[in-house]
Amino acid sequence: MSLVYAGVCSHGPGMTGRAHLVENTARRDELFAKMARMGEEIAASGAEALLVVAAEHFANFFMNNMPALCIGMSAESEGPIEDPAWLRIPRTRVPGNADLSRRIVREVMQTVDTAYAEEWKFDHGIMVPLHFLTPDYKLPVVPVNINCQGPPLTPLARAWAFGEALRRACDIVPEKIALLATGGISHWPATPDSGKINEAWDREFLARLLRQDRDAVLSYTDEDTYRDAGQGGFEIRTYIAAAAAARGCGELQYYTAELPLFAVGCTVARFAIA
Amino acid sequence: MSLYQLQKFLYVLNREPDAQHQYRQDLESLLSRYMLTAEEQQALREGDIGLLYVLGVNGQILMHYAAFLGIAWFDYLQLMRDGVAKHGPVRAGVYAMTGGGARFTSEGGVP
Repeated sequence: MSLVYAGVCSHGPGMTGRAHLVENTARRDELFAKMARMGEEIAASGAEALLVVAAEHFANFFMNNMPALCIGMSAESEGPIEDPAWLRIPRTRVPGNADLSRRIVREVMQTVDTAYAEEWKFDHGIMVPLHFLTPDYKLPVVPVNINCQGPPLTPLARAWAFGEALRRACDIVPEKIALLATGGISHWPATPDSGKINEAWDREFLARLLRQDRDAVLSYTDEDTYRDAGQGGFEIRTYIAAAAAARGCGELQYYTAELPLFAVGCTVARFAIA
Repeated sequence: MSLYQLQKFLYVLNREPDAQHQYRQDLESLLSRYMLTAEEQQALREGDIGLLYVLGVNGQILMHYAAFLGIAWFDYLQLMRDGVAKHGPVRAGVYAMTGGGARFTSEGGVP
């Protein structure tokens, strides 16, 4: 039927794996409440499937055959690939909708060269958001990936075009679709600098994104992002795709840089569907 | 090419239960499937996170490997700092240490 929801959120593995170690429990609990609220909003939208635009971390793709863009087309997926005790999320199987995926892929391909995959393993980039948003794992998930890990990375303009194509595909299928983009803004995850956050950079990026300032959002170079926002900042591609899909301006529902143990400025935002 | 092989080894290990079983039962056989230097092979035999980090293994791959080895989070971060102190700056990739070895969280106790 249409895209009925579009939002973005963080996905750091520390949000589940290290939550028990956080000293600033007030901020942690605020974040978790906002994530739960996001889950309620997705449920209230009547969504019949959740399209998760993720920045995966070598759960499925490697530099032997790295797609710039890929859409999952499997009946179900398993996750997390990480040690469940480390991530503190039990390994489970999450339903997909292969037929819906196929129709989305076909439409996206009209304008964007996307790969597809009939098998998909979820890492923390999808499992952490699902843990908060659909904890019973019953809502079918269509996984989508933008290469934010193995340079050369997907150009930002292509991420925007991909979001536009996803929107067009969502609007021609009969199902109600919620789109969630997950990723970090500035962060230096999985390095000794984990916990470093450039809050000013984050807030400027979010301001550009949420007001749908396409040119300003696409003006970042990878060199600038690496310098100012770390390699984790490359994940802005997923947020950019969500903005392009939604077309409407966004509302920042939560942001804090006061949870460095989660290794990211924790973000929850929702776009108007226009 | 060798860093590619090193990362491929870890990529497969991180996501394939069969490879994880073989890692624990017959590591040498698993190592023989990849074109690795002696230094890389030794780093994998010893689970040397610091050296693997300096060699340029992508942090997302290395983080999962450290979890597989049962290394606690703050120990993992410190092992990378120790690796830089011992072997010098990260030699490849986009996961270089940029904070001079500083810590950015208050949790984790005094180093």
